[in-house]
Amino acid sequence: MAEPPDTPQAPGAREPSEPRIGVDEWVASSGERIQAYAGVTGRVRRGFDRIPVPLRFVALGIVVALVPVMTSNQYFLRVGVVSLIYALLALGLNVSVGLAGLLDLGYVAFYGVGAYGYAMLSSSKFGVHWPTWGALLVVLAVSVVVGFLLALPSRRLVGDYLAIVTLFFGQIFYTIAVQGYRVPLIKIHGSHDITGGPNGIADVDGFRFFGHRLTTNQAYFWASLIAVAVVFLAIHLMNESRTGRAWRALRDDPLATELMGMPVNWLKLLAIAVGAGAGALAGTINVASLHGAFPDDYSTPILITIYAMVILGGVGNLFGVVVGAVSVNVLLEVLRTPAHARWILYAVILLGLVAKLRPWKALVAVLAGTAAFGIAVHAIVAAAWPRGVHGLVSISGTDFSHGGWLGWALRHWLVLPANTYEAGNYRFFNYAFVLLIGLVLALTVVRGWARWLLLVPTLWLAAFVWETRLVEEGTGPTRFLLLGAILVVLMATRPQGLLGTHRVEIA
Amino acid sequence: MGGLQVLASFDSFTLTWHYFFGQLVAGLTLGSLYALLALGYSMVYGILKLLNFAHGEVFMIGSYIGYFVLTALGGAASPDVPAVLLILLMFGAAMIGSGVLGMTVERFAYRPLRRASRIAPLISALGVSFFLQQTATLLFGSVPKQYDTFSLNNGSLFNRITIGSFAIQYMQLIVILSAGALMVALIQLVSRTQVGRAMRATSYDLEAASMMGIDVDRVIVFTFFVGSALAGAGGVMNGLIFQNVNPYIGFNAGLKAFTAAVVGGIGSIPGAMFGGLAIGVAQALATGYLSSAYQDVIVFAILVVFMLVRPSGLFGAPALQKV
Repeated sequence: MAEPPDTPQAPGAREPSEPRIGVDEWVASSGERIQAYAGVTGRVRRGFDRIPVPLRFVALGIVVALVPVMTSNQYFLRVGVVSLIYALLALGLNVSVGLAGLLDLGYVAFYGVGAYGYAMLSSSKFGVHWPTWGALLVVLAVSVVVGFLLALPSRRLVGDYLAIVTLFFGQIFYTIAVQGYRVPLIKIHGSHDITGGPNGIADVDGFRFFGHRLTTNQAYFWASLIAVAVVFLAIHLMNESRTGRAWRALRDDPLATELMGMPVNWLKLLAIAVGAGAGALAGTINVASLHGAFPDDYSTPILITIYAMVILGGVGNLFGVVVGAVSVNVLLEVLRTPAHARWILYAVILLGLVAKLRPWKALVAVLAGTAAFGIAVHAIVAAAWPRGVHGLVSISGTDFSHGGWLGWALRHWLVLPANTYEAGNYRFFNYAFVLLIGLVLALTVVRGWARWLLLVPTLWLAAFVWETRLVEEGTGPTRFLLLGAILVVLMATRPQGLLGTHRVEIA
Repeated sequence: MGGLQVLASFDSFTLTWHYFFGQLVAGLTLGSLYALLALGYSMVYGILKLLNFAHGEVFMIGSYIGYFVLTALGGAASPDVPAVLLILLMFGAAMIGSGVLGMTVERFAYRPLRRASRIAPLISALGVSFFLQQTATLLFGSVPKQYDTFSLNNGSLFNRITIGSFAIQYMQLIVILSAGALMVALIQLVSRTQVGRAMRATSYDLEAASMMGIDVDRVIVFTFFVGSALAGAGGVMNGLIFQNVNPYIGFNAGLKAFTAAVVGGIGSIPGAMFGGLAIGVAQALATGYLSSAYQDVIVFAILVVFMLVRPSGLFGAPALQKV
């Protein structure tokens, strides 16, 4: 009988990217490591590796802290503040999802509890203006208690029930926030306005620390940076402690953890509550910097956004989720302006092709084939239906609509019908979009030469769909389509995200 | 909440049997819709132990398919075919379309994750759900599409049959009866046919079933098809009753159907049916007597109470974990 397949082979004999049970990852990737340490880049990497890890983070923190000094562009600073708030949210969600393995789908409600709690305690809504420290403490305490209460009914049950309860809870929070302007609490006739309903709560005080009122984006940037640093450190220390080890054990095998005598229920409650605290802190910063709390900022799309950040960065990896949060937020910001967003698709496609297509001849063939395919289709349509190619690229008044080399190239390569926004033209888009989804799905199934053949029309169609409509709706469906796709595609291809470590599942 | 408002809102009209039966019938109608949806959740959960978050979105797409069939056949005001045939065609197309969609979702989003960690397919499901919702927004627009079934046969479908203080619209009767027929068909399918036996075996023990020569992948695909087809039928019913469809109906209906499946005992087919009806009636009575704005809160309260008191649901067996 041949030797069983799981026996350790010579190091480097297998693909180093997929660790198997019984083969140490470190041993398996030794060849890769030796290669990586050679040459000039190797010397730089060795030097970098010698810097102690805490020092690297301090250096990174100092560089980020200098950003408001280097730029006074208020837009950039605001994007920075939002990125840091998302980083805080991602860190908190990472505790329950990444460390303890609990699917908390009501996380956005804790963000909302923090936001609304702070808004109620320090605004002219009820004429209450608490000092910032007091409001922060009370809000954090309340959100932690809410987290406890929420996890309580599902503590005895499998993780899936927690997902339902929390998802529903998130929806309930949104309902209450929107409907809370007519709560019939004490008065029999008439009702109380508690959350301001769809209009939210305006006129919220900013933070005030040690007698200083934070008013500028700079100030909030630093405040949220400090919050991220503190939460990062706290969660890191927690992760390295007994509790953190217990969480990871719980994530990897709840039953074994329980049999080892660990307080499983308490650990679950704690993970949800710690996450809730971080989420609420992010909520207070958001409200204080915006001077208002609005229900749509605390609804499901934000939840999906945070999940995409955590998954993309790498579940369970603290630095990874921060990177994921910042990069997804910056990506979403870029999507706002079609002229900037246009490049994203082409850059992503090129990067993907360069990384995945081997040998390079195949890469050249696919790119040339795609270009030829587009030109051919353009020529046919131009002959049969001239109006079909009279469209311009982008309508947002950028240079590309009339010139620019990319705009010029796209006009001669894609079929862009005149008047993209005529109702009839949406139909082309709809068919193309459905066809594109079908082609992408088919690409995952077919193998060999059929795949190369299929790749060509897929790329062209992707560009067509992108240019005719998606690029213009970067704030609407496009961003959410992208986030949904990130979740599905990453789960299927790289569940550990960009920076996470691959876990071997033992069935 | 709302305790005092409740007393204030009880006037002579809301305290009649007529009003009560009206709410009850509305609740049963809504409940049979939830039951159809809950069946899909429950069946998939029974086999794969996976909460298929995308199920609500399949329901929404089914509703759109019904709308497009209706429009293609001339619209409700002047249909090209008799009303009965029209409704049958809408059901047929929506069920097949949704079934195929459900199979596609299973094939591309869940099957690659069959051996992944427990949390991975859930996140994937969340992504699929969101992706489908946004695709519908993009393709069909966020403005609701009008079924306008009220003008079908000059509105005669919304006439009432009245027996004493009990009254029911023909449309409600159609929905309740067709949902009942589908459920009977499902029970027959699961309990009498070969594929039904394979489904039961797979849901009892997937690994053992595959060792007994059952093609588990095919059973799973079939389960997704059947569950999604039921959701599609539910979508058409939703359109018939509420007269319109928008891309966001799936999320909320999905949550209610989840709750129904949990209340009934997730994994149990009679449980899903009963749970659906119970949630529908509870929601309608809550809307009628307490507050329409907070009906979700009341359903949520039911869910939490059930999880505390009887986590395995009404019909479910307590979950034993074998090692």
